[in-house]
Amino acid sequence: MQIIPTKNSIQFEREQFRRNSEFPELWNCLDQVKDPEIPALSLWDIGILKDIKRQGNEASVTITPTYSGCPAMDAIAEDVTTALKQHGIEKTMIITELSPAWTTDWMTDKGRNQLRDYGIAPPNDLIGDHEQPLNSDSQVLCPQCGSADTKLLSEYGSTACKALFQCNSCLESFDLFKHI
Amino acid sequence: MTSSTETVSTQDIIDYAARLGDDAIVIGHRLSEWVSKAPFIEEDVAIGNVALDFFGHARMYYTYAAEVSNKQNGTDDITEDNFAYLRDERQFQNHLLHELHKGDFAYTTARQLLVDVYNKYFLEQLKDSSDATLAAIAVKAAKETRYHCRRSKDWTLRLGDGTSESHERMQVALNDIWGYSHELFELDDLEQRLVDAGVAVDCATLKADWLKEVTAIIEEATLTVPDQEWAVRGGRQGYHTEHLGHLLTEMQFVHRSFPGAKW
Repeated sequence: MQIIPTKNSIQFEREQFRRNSEFPELWNCLDQVKDPEIPALSLWDIGILKDIKRQGNEASVTITPTYSGCPAMDAIAEDVTTALKQHGIEKTMIITELSPAWTTDWMTDKGRNQLRDYGIAPPNDLIGDHEQPLNSDSQVLCPQCGSADTKLLSEYGSTACKALFQCNSCLESFDLFKHI
Repeated sequence: MTSSTETVSTQDIIDYAARLGDDAIVIGHRLSEWVSKAPFIEEDVAIGNVALDFFGHARMYYTYAAEVSNKQNGTDDITEDNFAYLRDERQFQNHLLHELHKGDFAYTTARQLLVDVYNKYFLEQLKDSSDATLAAIAVKAAKETRYHCRRSKDWTLRLGDGTSESHERMQVALNDIWGYSHELFELDDLEQRLVDAGVAVDCATLKADWLKEVTAIIEEATLTVPDQEWAVRGGRQGYHTEHLGHLLTEMQFVHRSFPGAKW
């Protein structure tokens, strides 16, 4: 019998890692911390939260930045520190890990749905080969009306991680979270 | 890259990381000068984001240079800011091509094409560096560079194969900057030592691929690859054009006026 996986292996590994952690309460606590640029998404769902370790009242949180110049990193570090204070963590060290580099494949399914609900097309709503750079023929499912009749306006949208599209059906413009 | 057992001097690593950071921050600053002045609003946003990517690369290189400096000196107060804001013109070791003025949009496009395609091949090699941090930075930066290359190519085609005015401006720009491209492929003693140790990229080996790709794009854009022989060099030795000093003045002003300011 052929088994059809319902979850990709990358996400499965992330979830296993989290489930095996000694500090489930801290992972749950950081679910409240959202990406400041996309408040719909938690750090976990966007995939940048790698690890949490606790020693007494100190913690270290490992984060992989999305884009290297992402200006949200400082705000994220501050929000993490504030959130963990509720759990008696007085000192939080943020470790920025560059390797392996963040990829949109680490985004959870929940995160992708939340992005779409928020009006941003998740990377998997791009029709065609995700490995190829965008071009004028690239088509994305419009997060507003679901039409695939869209056009690329700019390869960079409101932030470096997004591209700007317009839907030819409902005429709304929208961002695509680019595959990286 | 061949790895070697000889030990690498930490000062060499600091200098190498810093000069790669210099390349990134200087061109990032040049691109940022287009913000609010780009041809249309989407391009304004795009060019600002590309600039941000370059600042991100600079931060990664400088942070690493700072980390190694602290280890070497037994200190903990050297940061990326020391490299970005507290060094003078002669201490910057970026390639001259990166610091040339922003010019018109054709000039910026032509320069960006040469730089982005160069970075694509450079970072691909740096991924194999025996220095784990430099290799990690390269993996991260290479992903973003793919998008930069795509954009530069599109603009080169659009302007080169556009109106007679845009075509003319692109050709003038290419002729003006071509002589600055040669030093991208030259190694000095520092880089040669690091190449021997498997840390640095042997940039001389990138030239054939770079030239082939750049030539194909330039010709597709109905432009001509300049055949001038002249070459200007000196960036890696800290000898700069008149443009860098003005750039640093603007970039470093706030930090030097209000040392240690935070917000």
